[in-house]
Amino acid sequence: MMKIVNLDHISASPLLAEVKDSMIEAVRQDYHNPSSQHQAGEQAAEALQRARTSVAQLVNAALPKEIVFTSGGTESVNHAVKGVALANAARGNHIITSNIEHNAVNRSLRRLQSAGFKVTSLSVDSTGRVDPADVADAITDQTILVSIMHSNNETGTLQPIEEIAKITRGKKVIFHSDAVDSVGIMPVDVQKLGVDLLSFGSNTFYGPAGVGGLYVRRGTRVFPLLDGGVQENNKRAGAENLIGIIGMGTAAEIAVQGMDARVAHLRRLKDKLLAELPDYIDEYIINTHPRYSLPNLVSLSIKYIEGESVLLMLDDEGFLVSTRSACATGSLRASHVLLSLGLSHADAQGTLVLSFGIDNTAQDVTAFLTALKNVVTTLRDISPLYKKATAQN
Amino acid sequence: MYNQTVMDHFRNPRNVGVIEDADGVGEVGNPLCGDIMTIYLKVEEGRIRDIKFQTFGCGSAIAVSSMLTEIAIGKTIEEARAITNKDVAQALEGLPKNKLHCSNLGADALQLAIKDYEDRLAGVSRPEIKRKEDHEHSHGDKCYCPYCDVEIIEGATFCDACQSSLEEEH
Repeated sequence: MMKIVNLDHISASPLLAEVKDSMIEAVRQDYHNPSSQHQAGEQAAEALQRARTSVAQLVNAALPKEIVFTSGGTESVNHAVKGVALANAARGNHIITSNIEHNAVNRSLRRLQSAGFKVTSLSVDSTGRVDPADVADAITDQTILVSIMHSNNETGTLQPIEEIAKITRGKKVIFHSDAVDSVGIMPVDVQKLGVDLLSFGSNTFYGPAGVGGLYVRRGTRVFPLLDGGVQENNKRAGAENLIGIIGMGTAAEIAVQGMDARVAHLRRLKDKLLAELPDYIDEYIINTHPRYSLPNLVSLSIKYIEGESVLLMLDDEGFLVSTRSACATGSLRASHVLLSLGLSHADAQGTLVLSFGIDNTAQDVTAFLTALKNVVTTLRDISPLYKKATAQN
Repeated sequence: MYNQTVMDHFRNPRNVGVIEDADGVGEVGNPLCGDIMTIYLKVEEGRIRDIKFQTFGCGSAIAVSSMLTEIAIGKTIEEARAITNKDVAQALEGLPKNKLHCSNLGADALQLAIKDYEDRLAGVSRPEIKRKEDHEHSHGDKCYCPYCDVEIIEGATFCDACQSSLEEEH
């Protein structure tokens, strides 16, 4: 059977063996409800607390209870954005964001706009970064929330979160950051960053999908997204997904222990890809910031060809990648993130998102580059744009 | 996502290339909407003797181009004029719902190539193919709803005809 090389970790990452073991063990334990007062309930509550402590360490939260377990990054973001808006509506109705956010933020804000909230969406510069001075300029006496992502899911570019947090703190505005693609892939320290809320998911760092976390700094005014019981320190109702949470806790522990080695491994693969790419293909654009970016992600726009075709042909060769072409996403519009970087529509169509994981090797990178070269040649031979461009030269 | 027939034509596209001394050329699409397709015809005694294509686009756009050339080759101009988008989609044994607009491009490019051939026969001067540049104003261009195939404005976020949201899925 052909070896499958996952270069699409941003879509799904394999569970660590230790994570699987801990979850299977949790299934066998037949845990009771952590909210129940009998001994069986207390045992479940202890397991829940252990996981909460591990996850708190991963983002360096001051207290474990600042972590709220959710069903994943999307719920965390919805909770943060909508929960802060509703809890602070008496103070103001203005929210600031950027125009490269994930749709979890975009659509939550659109929902709030239809309920009367006002949203200012800031542009990014040609490298894909928000200027903190723009945040300062946009804040009014009505501003209650700033939501700017930690890393962008399409380009991997990191935002100046610390600088923005200094501004929001001075103005007493709540600051949320969507760090779904960062936490567990690189060091993320909520105290150093200075954020009030931070969203993240478990699968990013090889825990199960369907589990995530929301860091809520003590004292931050935020309503629950789900109303009901008093679970999660009254911030998220519903009996906890304890098996998933235990898996996430294990993944967090391993991420904390091995963070330096993990970052170094991912960066080596990314650097190798970027350094050797010119030996294999020409006429491409790197959309990822050369300095401020995730250690594992490369966004690459290959001229004259379309991303879905590239994805399908690479799939035949055993390489899993992701694309942001309009064709592939089912919309008629190129990615809002890529267009905001100033990319042309045609170039945006040929965009691949490559995301490495700890299961990748240097040999995978070389094999991928060889396959990519063949695919690019094949598709450019079919492309009318390539023929025209080469004829002009 | 795609059936085996579509994947076969995508993996092994038939009749790829350019006919340098073509008797008719048709090009449709623009990069704003996604796909560009160019069809070249060589016509002898009213019959399509050779046909080649070039396509910038997704898997189904390439498969549609390939299948179209297979259907059209050997046909008379009159027979080729009757080829519809539906014929191509059916020959491919179906396309995903949101890819139906790709099959539109195929037959449209063929019809433009036939018109170009006839214009040349009639001595109508032929304007050079003008590909829309990216920076040009996009309104008024032909784009089609990926779900129901009705013409809509590029960048529309909603199709009024079938009530589909056209925003990004991710």
